[in-house]
Order: sequence, then C-alpha cells, then structure tokens
Amino acid sequence: MSDVSIGAPGSYVQSQTIQAKAPPPSPTSRPWTPTRIVGTTWLTLWIAGGLGIVWFLLNSNSVALVFGGDGLLPVSLTHNAKFLTKYGEKFVSGFIITLKLVGLSMLLGVLLSIPMTFMRMSKNRILGGIAYGYVYFFRGTPLLAQVFLIYYGAGTFRVPLQSVDLWWFFRDAWNCAVLAFTLNTAAYQVEILRGSIENIAKGQWEAAAALGLPKWVTFWKIILPQALIVSLRPYGNEIILMIKGSAIVAIITIYDLMGETRRAFSRTYDFQAYVWAAIAYLVMVEALRRAWDRIEARLTRHLKR
Amino acid sequence: MNEIFTLLSFGDMGWGDEIALGVVMTVSLALASLPIGLLLGFLLALAKKSEEPSLRAAANIYTTIFRGLPELLTLFLVYYGGQILIQQVLALFGEFYFEVNAFLAGMIALSLVFSSYASEAFLSAFRAINKGQYEGANALGLGYVQTMRLVILPQLVRLSLPALSNLWLILLKETSLVSIIGLADIIRYSNMAARTTKEPFLFFAVACAIYLVLAIISSGGISRLDAWAKRGETPR
Repeated sequence: MSDVSIGAPGSYVQSQTIQAKAPPPSPTSRPWTPTRIVGTTWLTLWIAGGLGIVWFLLNSNSVALVFGGDGLLPVSLTHNAKFLTKYGEKFVSGFIITLKLVGLSMLLGVLLSIPMTFMRMSKNRILGGIAYGYVYFFRGTPLLAQVFLIYYGAGTFRVPLQSVDLWWFFRDAWNCAVLAFTLNTAAYQVEILRGSIENIAKGQWEAAAALGLPKWVTFWKIILPQALIVSLRPYGNEIILMIKGSAIVAIITIYDLMGETRRAFSRTYDFQAYVWAAIAYLVMVEALRRAWDRIEARLTRHLKR
Repeated sequence: MNEIFTLLSFGDMGWGDEIALGVVMTVSLALASLPIGLLLGFLLALAKKSEEPSLRAAANIYTTIFRGLPELLTLFLVYYGGQILIQQVLALFGEFYFEVNAFLAGMIALSLVFSSYASEAFLSAFRAINKGQYEGANALGLGYVQTMRLVILPQLVRLSLPALSNLWLILLKETSLVSIIGLADIIRYSNMAARTTKEPFLFFAVACAIYLVLAIISSGGISRLDAWAKRGETPR
C-alpha cells in the first residue's frame, strides 16, 4: 500500500496527495533503566526467598523424590514429616482458638461500644467524661499492658473478688484475655462509630426533623445506615488489628496459634514452627482483607458512579 | 498509702529507679526505630509510585508481608530466625557462639513494621499532591532532586504528618512487645516488680500510666510539629 491510490492515475489529486505517515516502529524491549534493575533484583530476591522457604520446609520434613519405584509412576515422594504429624493438629486447634478469641471479643466489643458511643456523644459532662477516659486509657496503653493489668492485676484483689464470687472468672487466663480484648476493641470501635456518625451531614438530621420523624427513627433509619457504610473500612482494619494483636495472649498461657507455635518451638527448636505460623497469619489476614474489600464493594455498589 | 510510695520510690527499697530505666529503654527503642522506619517507608513509597511494574510489585509484597504478620511474630522471626541464620553462617567458618542483641532485633522488627505502614501514609500524601506542582517545578527548571527537596517534601511532610503521628503512637505502644524477648523495658521491670512485691495491679497500673504520659507528651510534640508544618498556610 505504499503507492497512493486516490484519484485517477496522473491526476491532480494523486500528484498532490501526501504520502501517509509510516506507522510507529513496533515496540522494542524496554530499556534497562536503574529503577527496572532495582525492581527486578528486588523481585528476584523475593522469589528466591520464597523458594528458599519452600526448600526449608521440604528439607526439614525430609521430603525427597525417589526415582525408580515399582509403583504406577517411576517416581515416588518420600517424607518424614515428624513435626507436622506431631504438631499439625495442635496448630489447627490453635488457629481455631485464635478465631474464637477474635470473634468473641469483636462481638462483645460491638455490644459494649454502642452504649459507650452514646455516652461519649452525650451532652452530659459526667457520662461523656467517663467514656472519654475509658477510650483514652484503652487506646493510649499497649494491649500487652492491659492484658497483664487484668490477668495478673486481678491477683491483688483476690480476697474481695472471692467475697463477691468473681474470682473464678479472673483466675482463668481465657476469661481475662477475652475481657481485655473486648475492652480494648470496644474503645477503638467507639471512636470508629463516633467518627462516622459525626461525619454525617447535619442536613440529614434537619431534613428528617422537617419530615416530622422522631429522633430515634432518624438515627436508626437515616443516620446509622449511612454511618455504618462509612465505618466499614475502619471496622475491617480493626478486625485485622485484633487478629494480629491476639498473638500476645500466648504470653499468658493461652494456646492460640502463637501459643502452639511457641510450645512447638520450645520443644523441638525447629524453626519451621514459626514459618508455618507466619504463613497461617499471612493467609488469614490477606484472605480477610480481600473478602472485606469484596463485601465493601458489594455494600457500596449504589454509591458508585 | 505510704507503702505505695515506698514501693515506687527511688533507691534500694523502691522500684522507681528500675522503672525509670525501663522508660529510658522504651523511649530509646522507639526513637531508634523511628528514623529507620521513616526512611524505609519513604523509599517504599517512592517504589510504589514508580512506573516500573516490577518495583511496584516488590514493594507491595514487602507491605503485604509486614502488615499481615503479627508484630510479635515478626519480632520472633527476626530474633530467633536471625540467631539461627547467623549461627548457621558462622558454623561454616568454625565453632562460634553468637547471640542476637535483643535491642537490635526489636529495632529491626519495629522498623520493618513501621516502614510498611509509613509507606502507605507517604503514598497517600504523594497522591494528594497535585500534578501541577511537578509541572510548575519543571517549568521553573528545577531538577528531580530540587523538585523533591524544595517543592514536594515540604508538602509531603504536612500531608503525611497526621498519619505518621498516629503511627508513632502505635510504635510507642508496640515497643512493649520487646519485653517478651527479654529487653528491660517498662513492662519487663513492672513484671519483675509485680512478682517480687506481690503487688501486680499497682505496678501494671503504673506501667499503663507511664504509657499514657508518654502518649500525652507525644501529642504535645506532634501538635507543635503540626503547627510548624502548617506555618505556610493562611490562617482561617
């Protein structure tokens, strides 16, 4: 198609038509800029590290390929997964304990955070002050210190607690952990809820009042649905923070995923314990994050343009 | 009441001086991790906003790992994993015994976690800076380094300060985890005091109070920093 084929041969049109511009050259390979070199090296290191971890796990379970078997295939897989057969089940039970702890304290945290949010937002100075102090304390101190304060600190009040028959509750590490986690997450949830409720434009309240809706209907049907949508993302982050934070209950002798890991490591000095735990936590957090993104996209689909 | 003062006093009878040492340890650990975390976080943010896909992917893997792992597990991975790794390497050269410094392990673990969160803070601040700022700098004939130093960074500091100050408060709280690998911080000394004196509630309450005070002091510092970063804005 190099020759111009517009108009009659030798005509004015043909003689004056400009040759079409040649197409751009086909894309050649990208140049090796410094950023590309750094990026490729870094990525290669990650892949090498990942393969190294896989090799380490295979090696510590003595997984090997044996050639020349008399089975269906000339290759068979042998392994000596002593660690996994001994501790695998415990890891699963620890995983379930972690989920239980997080689920239970999130649920109780939601229940506790709702009245606390009302207190925090109330005009009453005393109620507001109590809620403010509560939130400030639990957000300003480490979770580890809170768990210790409740679990070990209860020992100081042993006699009074025994007299009101509550000692059985504080004697058990599990109860203390659930209590500490509930109080902690509720404090964060109060701030999430308060922030999202206060974020709703004042006009929403005024419009509802103009329609003659009572205050609680306005709150329940107009403000809260909008506030919850705003708070979806922080709630998801809070669950992830709780899953990660729950690892510290291993210190007060609860055998959650981290506790089982520590126990297995202290008995075998086999580092694969920590590697398996890392994989489990990463998969759990990443799966939750992605699932939460999906849920959020689904619930806010009417807001997308 | 007098007993409490005796227990908390400085000197042989009380635990005040030990706890003060713990405060110094906590604060110095947090202060040591902060600059490393900030620098790593800034470089990660640069990597994440680069046009090179492999660099972005590598930086995102880093963030996914260190934001997904519990801080305690990261600390153990660095502390025990580092110990095993270094011992294996040293074993190649002969018999050595090497113990990883708990402070160093804590510093590395906290910096890794801090940097992965800080990179997100920097990244969203980068995104908030208008493209016109780069174009304007370009029109003035500024090079890349000058654009960064004179135009982008001052705005970046202002935009990322709220998120970063939040991260600093989280970092301060997370230092408590190093007590588990035996570093003598506030929690460690409170634990020792609680065991020895059989007054656990008192000492853990004191520990919590110290963390609150540290948070309050930090908030004061942060608001001054914020005012400094916003000094160029017109008052409203």
